[in-house]
Amino acid sequence: MPVLFVNKERVDVASSVPGDTPLLWILRDSLNLTGTKYGCGMALCGACTVHIEGQPVRSCQTQLSAVKQGAEITTIEGLRTREGQALQAAWQKLDVPQCGYCQSGQIMSAAALLAKKRRPTDADIDGAMAGNICRCATYVRIRAAIHEAARTLG
Amino acid sequence: MRNLRFEPRFDRPAALSRRGFLKAAAGAGAGLTLGLYAGEDLATEAAKTEAPVPGVPARPVTPTAFVRIAPDNTVTILAKHVEMGQGTYTGLPTLIAEELDASWAQIRVEGAPADAKLYANLDWGEAQGTGGSSAIANSFMQYRQAGAAARAMLVAAAAEQWKVAPESITVKNGELSAGARKATFGQLAEAAARQPVPQAPKLKDPKDFVYIGKTFARTDSRAKANGTAKFTQDVKLPEMLTALVAHPPRFGARVKSFDIDSVQGMPGVRYIVEIPSGVAVIGTSFWSAKRVRDKLKIEWDDASGVRFSSAEILAEYKRLAGTPGTVAKSSGDAAKAFGSGGKTLDAAFEFPFLAHAAMEPMNCVVSLGADRCEIWNGEQFQTGDQMAVAQALGLKPEQVVLNQLYAGGSFGRRANPHSDYILEAVAIAKAVSRQSQGTVVPVKLVWTREDDMRAGYFRPAYYHTIKAALDADGRPVAWQHRIVGQSILAGTAFESMMVKNGVDATSVEGAANLPYAIPNLLVDLHSPAVGVPVQWWRSVGSTHTAFSTETFMDELAAAAGKDPVAYRRVLLDAHPRHRAVLDLVAEKSGWGKPLAPGKGGAKRARGIAVHESFATYVAQVAEVTVTGNKFTVDRVVCAVDCGVAVNPDVVRAQMEGGIGFGLSAALYGKITLKDGGVEQSNFHDYPVLRINEMPAIEVHIVPSSEKPSGVGEPGVPPIAPAVANALAAATGKRLRSLPLTLT
Repeated sequence: MPVLFVNKERVDVASSVPGDTPLLWILRDSLNLTGTKYGCGMALCGACTVHIEGQPVRSCQTQLSAVKQGAEITTIEGLRTREGQALQAAWQKLDVPQCGYCQSGQIMSAAALLAKKRRPTDADIDGAMAGNICRCATYVRIRAAIHEAARTLG
Repeated sequence: MRNLRFEPRFDRPAALSRRGFLKAAAGAGAGLTLGLYAGEDLATEAAKTEAPVPGVPARPVTPTAFVRIAPDNTVTILAKHVEMGQGTYTGLPTLIAEELDASWAQIRVEGAPADAKLYANLDWGEAQGTGGSSAIANSFMQYRQAGAAARAMLVAAAAEQWKVAPESITVKNGELSAGARKATFGQLAEAAARQPVPQAPKLKDPKDFVYIGKTFARTDSRAKANGTAKFTQDVKLPEMLTALVAHPPRFGARVKSFDIDSVQGMPGVRYIVEIPSGVAVIGTSFWSAKRVRDKLKIEWDDASGVRFSSAEILAEYKRLAGTPGTVAKSSGDAAKAFGSGGKTLDAAFEFPFLAHAAMEPMNCVVSLGADRCEIWNGEQFQTGDQMAVAQALGLKPEQVVLNQLYAGGSFGRRANPHSDYILEAVAIAKAVSRQSQGTVVPVKLVWTREDDMRAGYFRPAYYHTIKAALDADGRPVAWQHRIVGQSILAGTAFESMMVKNGVDATSVEGAANLPYAIPNLLVDLHSPAVGVPVQWWRSVGSTHTAFSTETFMDELAAAAGKDPVAYRRVLLDAHPRHRAVLDLVAEKSGWGKPLAPGKGGAKRARGIAVHESFATYVAQVAEVTVTGNKFTVDRVVCAVDCGVAVNPDVVRAQMEGGIGFGLSAALYGKITLKDGGVEQSNFHDYPVLRINEMPAIEVHIVPSSEKPSGVGEPGVPPIAPAVANALAAATGKRLRSLPLTLT
């Protein structure tokens, strides 16, 4: 039986769950962690971004069978890192979201970036965030909020 | 969708004024509820008295209200318009908070239920819905009046309790005071609910505004930054099943048969049913339904299916453009003016079909009982959807309950005049209820990205031709504009009001009302019936008319040897608001000053465009860098006049987003058909703008005391022509087809 740790809680996935089930749908349909969104199902838009062992991954293309036993998974609901909280504060301060649907994924990608690089350049932001689509095109503010969060982290 | 009057299909008491009247209600512990009564309440009341009754006795709390003040000191605003990113859940509360003198921190927002009598879009007459950038424009006075009435009732209650004159009471930041006496809204809520409702409450002088025109936080940012904001996709009900639908591979085809044996033994599926739009697979989760949906063998009946390609459609449009169309606008005598010599220019423009591609693919939750249908949806067109569902189920409209959720984008898609995806969800719920023998089983319809991109309701493809004649000074004396493309409104409830003399207003807006002073103007239209499902797409007609008119104006300026800004200015004498945004954007962008050179000798240039849509005036200057056949859009300066800017930061955000959305179409947007089916399926073959392609944006708002107009759409139209004009300035090449490609 696959065992995952989702936002620090142990999850025993029933053996009857097909191994080809994407992690996204286990989070959303089984665990009711609906902050992680379905956008494309092909790892093209980033709305489903979560962290596995701290690394940003597209949960829509991560099959259950490919997640290693006991993996630590973090979703937007469990984002408690300093970077994550600084980003959420900056997102609010700059009123980044419009429709908001993609923003969980944006913040998860940005949190992984800041964890790796405390003072990202614009090029770093392009590199880390180009996989996350926002159809409302809130990109100007996403960029500004990442810089703002970096500033507050000192 | 301006000035739209939806044709009601039900009768209502004739004696009632359109806006009903303000009434108050109080229930035990419920606090103040102030709003419009409707339906039977109102009819009964009107029959008895024909006038509102002051000092209304306590009566059950109704959710049909604009504002509720609770004893816990929260102020809940009921938003009659959907929040799909454009900021209504901030703008509407602002109007009430302003007149109420509430504290921003005590404001909560709820989506209003469907009720055309209570919550009509006042620009549309009898229909509730969101579109045409009308939310703030139509609500500006209504929501302020609701806030002012509630404030007056709080003041009256305090005056009574404190035995002081109402005039001696001050209300500020959610608190009432008179001398040493103080009370919160919550403390006075119940007493206030027993006060008579003022019918004509005094509104503030704009100089006293504390919220309108100021910048403060959106009400939805927090929930959207921590993942708790609820979208339709996130609705979960007990016993709910998830449905996916296999749609036919080409428009117009139908199901012939499907083979259950092809998915025998696959887990998690409860029902597989044929519905009018395809075959629905209904399972316990998205993934179980999707696995089966994708594997199910279906035979399609192509007899009624279309077989054409978009290239064939375009060829037909080009042929039609050679013949006169239905006249949409005629002034002077264009034919004669063209015959009188002088320099003439002409050009043709091509526009592809476009998908909305909102981040949240279409979806809808339906719980169907014997005499009630409850729906959860990011609901953009309550009245149309409520009536369509009622008709489909043989229910009365009021038996169809719509629960409002955040919409994960829409760009027009969720205001479908055919209620397409909602009726599909209802058809599934109906099929399930037949099989579940009376047990109510809620069903969530989920479209995959591929379903969403291929199901149609595209921005129509268009073909334009424009011909102009210049006088000796280079001024245009004649302009003939022909537009060919499907009518969005044909066959919808909007047709009778918005298709006049064969001209669909949404096909020619931005062209038939060309602002430039041209003495001989002719705009005509062909609206061929093609069979591709089409719909409005953020900024509607202006998505194509702004491009053809503003790039062609640039061509005329070049032919006249004039600067594009100076050339336009002269022709905008009668349109000061156009001219003001043009002047402002020229000034702020450094128009006319040299641009810093590009790296390695890359060519750089600016381009300008100005366009009014939905009574909002926007001008943009785009700066581009061209390297070989590639280009980047580096910076966009935008000037906007939307009357009173209720929340300037939301206005800026909508301009930024509108520019980014318009750039997606300018750089990439193209849906093509082959053999009657859609060739694209997801973001790899229908690319959209990403963060590394987003220009720096600077927005300047024209200070104004004109009544507010919308900002959700008007930021979109100018960007594509501004970029094309910049590319022409850099390369000398005039690009007349979207998306823009340098070859």
